[in-house]
Amino acid sequence: MAKEEAGNGLVFHPMDQFEIKTLFGDGPVHWYSFTNATLWMGLTVLAVFALLVLGTSRRAMVPNRVQSIGELAYGFIYRMIEDVAGKDGVKYFPHIMTLFMFIVFSNFLGLLPMAFTTTSHIAVTGVLAMGVFLSVTILGFVKHGFSFFGLFWISSAPLILRPILALIEIISYFVRPLSHSIRLAGNMMAGHAVIKVFAAFAAVLAISPFAIIAITAIYALEVLVAFIQAYVFAILTCVYLKDALHPNH
Amino acid sequence: MADKVEGAAQAAESAPGMPQLDFSTFPNQIFWLVVTLIVLYLVLSRVALPRIATVLSERHGAIQRDLDKAEEMKRSAIEAENTYNKALADARAKANDIVNEAKAEIQKDLDKAIAKADLEIAAKAAESEKAISAIKDSAVQSVEEVANITANNIVDAILPEAADTKKIKVAVATRLKG
Repeated sequence: MAKEEAGNGLVFHPMDQFEIKTLFGDGPVHWYSFTNATLWMGLTVLAVFALLVLGTSRRAMVPNRVQSIGELAYGFIYRMIEDVAGKDGVKYFPHIMTLFMFIVFSNFLGLLPMAFTTTSHIAVTGVLAMGVFLSVTILGFVKHGFSFFGLFWISSAPLILRPILALIEIISYFVRPLSHSIRLAGNMMAGHAVIKVFAAFAAVLAISPFAIIAITAIYALEVLVAFIQAYVFAILTCVYLKDALHPNH
Repeated sequence: MADKVEGAAQAAESAPGMPQLDFSTFPNQIFWLVVTLIVLYLVLSRVALPRIATVLSERHGAIQRDLDKAEEMKRSAIEAENTYNKALADARAKANDIVNEAKAEIQKDLDKAIAKADLEIAAKAAESEKAISAIKDSAVQSVEEVANITANNIVDAILPEAADTKKIKVAVATRLKG
């Protein structure tokens, strides 16, 4: 991916920022090593803790700004689950809140200069998406048993079309974790890589003003994307949850 | 891309094409992700979310209470206004009663005074009538006398021999009656 331009020694390393490195010592990355991914996941936990625990520690009747944001996030996700998955989906509110808060803070913290974006890695988003997929599927079978297959057998369609539709439904069902994880990681990775490419251009005097303006514009876009992708991930989780709770459309 | 993968295989330090596809880092990421998620879930489900739920429901309750209190105050204000209006109406009625009573009393006194005055006037009128009739009677008598005297004198002057006092008197009386 790294390429060199002849003459001025312009070097692109847009993917270097995604490297996983151990922070203490130079050894290989073991499963228990304290890496930059570990650090930024820890910072994510701290940020969520600061917002939702420290921010609400006053339990004020009239909230200050931090408490307001915490309550806003709470109400946002709560209403989303209620609207999408229905009243009985509210039981899974803490799980979806955990997913949303983790992703949204990872995305925003990753936008800090020199930061590492944990959600730009397929390993992370893949585990999140597979977690959602497996738990939702198991939940569907536990709640409805065999009739969970009604999700794929669309009784409102003409009988001839039903097997074809069932095939399509099954394929789309199993593609869910893939699209769910790649959407998030791809968005995060692409935005950060593009910013890095423009940052390399900023070293060239002739085009640096353009490059800096472009970085600013893309950064603004990335701030938007950081929130929207977390929202999309959470709302899709709610949709899958709804399918598990009410499989008969 | 091919030589990049090769490079990644050759040396750990050299950047692979996509760090995302470097499977050697997967166990590390997945392990720490699971730890992170468990910690986050515990923090949220044990501390943060119940606390926010309590705060929100308390605020909702407080607002509801305040609204109820305001409704009650409004009701009591309306009640007070009604009481005030009633008191005002009562006072007006009482004042009217007093005025009417006073009027009736005054009327009574007035009637009494008028009756007394009427009586006095009637008495005085009767007295006056009596006096007037007496005066009238005496006047009539005087007229008769004067007429008799005058008639006697006239008869004396015209026919002294025919003078008969008694006849003249009867004639004058007859004339006066006619």
